[in-house]
Amino acid sequence: MDVNQTKENFPGTVHEVPGGGIMLSKFDDVVNWARSNSLWPLTFATSCCGIELMSVAGAKYDFSRFGFEVARATPRQADVIIIAGTIVNKMAPVLRRLYDQMADPKYVIAMGSCAISGGPFFYNTYSVVKGADHVIPVDVYIPGCPPRPEALLHALITLQEKIKTGMTRDQIRDQKPQ
Amino acid sequence: MTNDDLKTKIESILPDATYEESTEWLTLNTIPEGFKIFTHTLRNDPALQFDFLFCVTAIDWKTHFHMVYHFRSTTLHQTLVVKVLLDKTNPTIDTVCDIWRTAEFHEREAYDLMGITFNGHPDLRRLFLEDEHTGFPLRKDYEDAINMIKL
Repeated sequence: MDVNQTKENFPGTVHEVPGGGIMLSKFDDVVNWARSNSLWPLTFATSCCGIELMSVAGAKYDFSRFGFEVARATPRQADVIIIAGTIVNKMAPVLRRLYDQMADPKYVIAMGSCAISGGPFFYNTYSVVKGADHVIPVDVYIPGCPPRPEALLHALITLQEKIKTGMTRDQIRDQKPQ
Repeated sequence: MTNDDLKTKIESILPDATYEESTEWLTLNTIPEGFKIFTHTLRNDPALQFDFLFCVTAIDWKTHFHMVYHFRSTTLHQTLVVKVLLDKTNPTIDTVCDIWRTAEFHEREAYDLMGITFNGHPDLRRLFLEDEHTGFPLRKDYEDAINMIKL
């Protein structure tokens, strides 16, 4: 087996020895690899993006192909929260509580214009939070109103890559030119 | 009962009301004084039997408010629209939620967004907005403190 090909899938190298091989890796990398391939999303949707989220959960797009199939109805068992929809001022403390109840490590995907910035229609409204990142930290943003299911899949894969790098939010921010 | 029959019947109960022309449903304008007694009659009179309040609306006309009630009788199959003229500075009306229980939430909504006060309402709190919210956003003169785009 080609070593580089192995690295694509598993973070390690095969050290050939007589009679077989020894796989060498870092424990952190293995943990991140395992973690990224079994993310449990919280069942959470506040408006029309939730319909696209359901579509992605369904048979046609099927995010279980990437390890997201175990949707949990309680934040205590969930790893990732997909904010699918508008967050109004009255919902903000609820979202905050849900996030606080999730066990570490936890990840956040802001899906659609409303979750990113307050939305294309509700931005100028007295009742809407202008972006979910005013309430909780967000890992991946998906633009769109609503985003295509493919866009959500792309965001999920991006989140997996982010976890596999093992870097913190600050490290990733420093890496990219502002 | 046709609209004309209904009008004749209502005129005998509420002589001061005025009626709107060419509407699908019989529509009458009245004032808050005597409104509560009138609604009791609407609900309990054998010829009226309006047992279903299917729409409660508040309208800001800048000079005054209107509360609009849509009543329906599920037994006699007739519909009546009642518009009540309210004061601009102190819009107050008696609650009807002791007669039609559905009005409890509808009146809370009208209080939340339009600032109409309902006398005798058991639980007149904000419904959609957070409790700390100030002002009534659907009023025409509402100034949004966090408005980002001035039109």
